[in-house]
Amino acid sequence: MTDATLHDGQPAPRKSSLHQLDALTKKRNAAESRFKAYGIVAILIGLFFLVVLTVTIVRSGIPAFTQTVVAVEFTLTQEQFDDAESKLMKTGAYQDYFIAAMEGKLAERGIEMDFDPAAIERLLGKIGSNLREHYRANPGDLGRPVSFELSASSRVDGYFNGRVTRDTLVESRFLMLSDLDLVDALSDAGLLKQAFNWNFITGADSGVDNPGGAGIGASVVGSFFMMLVVLVLSLPIGVAASIYLEEFAPKNRFTDLIEVNISNLAAVPSIVFGILGLAVFIQFMHLPQSAPLVGGLVLTLMTLPTIIISTRASLKAVPPSIRDAALGVGASKMQAVFHHVLPLAMPGILTGTIIGLAQALGETAPLLLIGMVGFVARGYPDGFLDGFVEPNSAMPAQIYTWAARSDVAFYDKAWGGIIVLLVFLLAMNFVAIVLRRRFERRW
Amino acid sequence: MYDALHRQKEVDVNEIKIAARGVQVHYGDNHAIKDVDVDIEDKTVTAFIGPSGCGKSTFLRCLNRMNDTIPICRVEGSILLDGEDIYDKRVDPVQLRAKVGMVFQKPNPFPKSIYDNIAYGPRIHGMARNKAELDEIVERALRRGAIWEEVKDRLNAPGTGLSGGQQQRLCIARAIATEPEVLLMDEPCSALDPIATAQVEELIDELRENYSVVIVTHSMQQAARVSQRTAFFHLGNLVEFGDTSTIFTNPEDPRTESYITGRIG
Ligand SMILES: Nc1ncnc2c1ncn2[C@@H]1O[C@H](COP(=O)(O)OP(=O)(O)OP(=O)(O)O)[C@@H](O)[C@H]1O
Ligand SMILES: [Mg+2]
Repeated sequence: MTDATLHDGQPAPRKSSLHQLDALTKKRNAAESRFKAYGIVAILIGLFFLVVLTVTIVRSGIPAFTQTVVAVEFTLTQEQFDDAESKLMKTGAYQDYFIAAMEGKLAERGIEMDFDPAAIERLLGKIGSNLREHYRANPGDLGRPVSFELSASSRVDGYFNGRVTRDTLVESRFLMLSDLDLVDALSDAGLLKQAFNWNFITGADSGVDNPGGAGIGASVVGSFFMMLVVLVLSLPIGVAASIYLEEFAPKNRFTDLIEVNISNLAAVPSIVFGILGLAVFIQFMHLPQSAPLVGGLVLTLMTLPTIIISTRASLKAVPPSIRDAALGVGASKMQAVFHHVLPLAMPGILTGTIIGLAQALGETAPLLLIGMVGFVARGYPDGFLDGFVEPNSAMPAQIYTWAARSDVAFYDKAWGGIIVLLVFLLAMNFVAIVLRRRFERRW
Repeated sequence: MYDALHRQKEVDVNEIKIAARGVQVHYGDNHAIKDVDVDIEDKTVTAFIGPSGCGKSTFLRCLNRMNDTIPICRVEGSILLDGEDIYDKRVDPVQLRAKVGMVFQKPNPFPKSIYDNIAYGPRIHGMARNKAELDEIVERALRRGAIWEEVKDRLNAPGTGLSGGQQQRLCIARAIATEPEVLLMDEPCSALDPIATAQVEELIDELRENYSVVIVTHSMQQAARVSQRTAFFHLGNLVEFGDTSTIFTNPEDPRTESYITGRIG
């Protein structure tokens, strides 16, 4: 081998400047910038839909949280009280006093109106009995001015937020065209104002003809009891099953089969779990219908695969060297898992559990079949244990029920219910983040 | 070239601690250990040497049944610890591993504090009756692991926050904290600087007074310095096994000779 051949076989390294990008580098950089641009576009599209969704929900849902009230300062003297109590139509007498007072207020502001007691009833409900109850309970208020805030019917709300207009109004026993003149007059006189509708947060569902009185409180409680059942059952069962499958079970056909089936279960439509719940828990085990207990059991079935899959994934992510280390100092398999692997997998397990719970919280379809949708909960359960077995509704079921009602005033309530539901979901996600931070002590 | 040449090695035969007979290991279809017979003596350091992939770690892991954790791994033959077959059905591998401790090739401290890393073994074996005793065990183990001076002020700091070499010494300290009868060390010094290596070697020499130590190493010098017996593995076979001084000065097999003189490996 001569020097010459050596030279031919091994060309001298090319000299190139670092200040000049070669073609390949340029191409790679371009590809990278393109990819970044796609990413940003994808995120912007996502954000756009998120903003549209949020704005729509908030705009449509806010009316559910406000309520038009008629604020009137009213004085009832002792004589008027005695007089009214001696009459045959006691509440009617109170109502007359009230109407007179209102006429006075309107007159003060130079507005003349004819009052039809029936119109007042349509707008404000049976105010006579409200007043009577107040004075019988608080005789001390007699003779001095008391400001009453009387909630107006939801049709009045609708008139103010544009859902009901003079052109589209269909005269009914709920609202007449002439009532709107009265509403305008009261509004001009400054007697109408918007107040926060606490009843929507704390109340129970109302009848189909009283959208104003509808509240989501009772179904929040129903959802709470369901989630309690889901958490108490699915977390221990799911985590125990995953630890067994991941760390202890022999790897054979049978465990493979179980594994495939768990993955399949996660993809089963939720309504299938609903009909399963109907057949097993209600028809076979005779558990009460519409009870949060049954709802919780059904949702547990639905949540278990999610929890098992995420728990197994986080157990798998723990490096095997940690297990070796524990076994190497003479720890048993169980000690290795519970002292070392599980704490490291905890953040993942909690995240999976809360995602599963959040999914269950928003689930409607399975509740349809066990009688929780369409059930009108008139009040809160009597006690803690009753909360599990007393028929109740759940948030998504309640929202569905409202949205399905023919009276458009319930439509606002459905949107408002969605806001409440989303607030709960956000709160759960927040808890997930906090827990993850606490457990994620990356050493 | 080798200290062994200059140092008079103790060659009297001690009691046999571990006797392996006809050991075969398969990873699925891969025949990793082929019919190996080895006697590991008590109060002796035995070195396993051989080229990468020849099965040193595999064989070492057979000695405390760490291979049980690998589903595809199949071990045949018999390994007797003090005359009892450790692969017997009646043997609980957990009990075995308390007697046969292990230091792994890659440092693997627990993601816990330095103190808890050491205290974990003694705790689960109930070796300390109170906190003071546990503190003492931890300090002794860290001192013997040649890391006490570096960590004594931060025992509550995470073990994973140490440097690679410190982590390895922590793992050694962790392994000896449980007072095993046999200590298996898989390349314990591969991440250590010469000073720490010398300290670990000193430790191994010290451990020899009471324990039996098996060390896998890629450093001929280290094998020559610390061990009394050496086993040379090649492609899953035990090629040669005998006194360290003999192996390094007068190997019988040509493969051994070419490996220790650096021609294969
Ligand atoms: N977990 C495993 N699964 C499958 N095969 C394995 C496994 N561990 C080791 N082997 C195989 O067994 C053989 C021996 O590996 P081993 O780790 O014992 O070698 P080694 O002598 O320790 O090498 P090194 O000096 O590089 O650590 C190799 O062929 C390897 O591919
Ligand atoms: Mg190895």
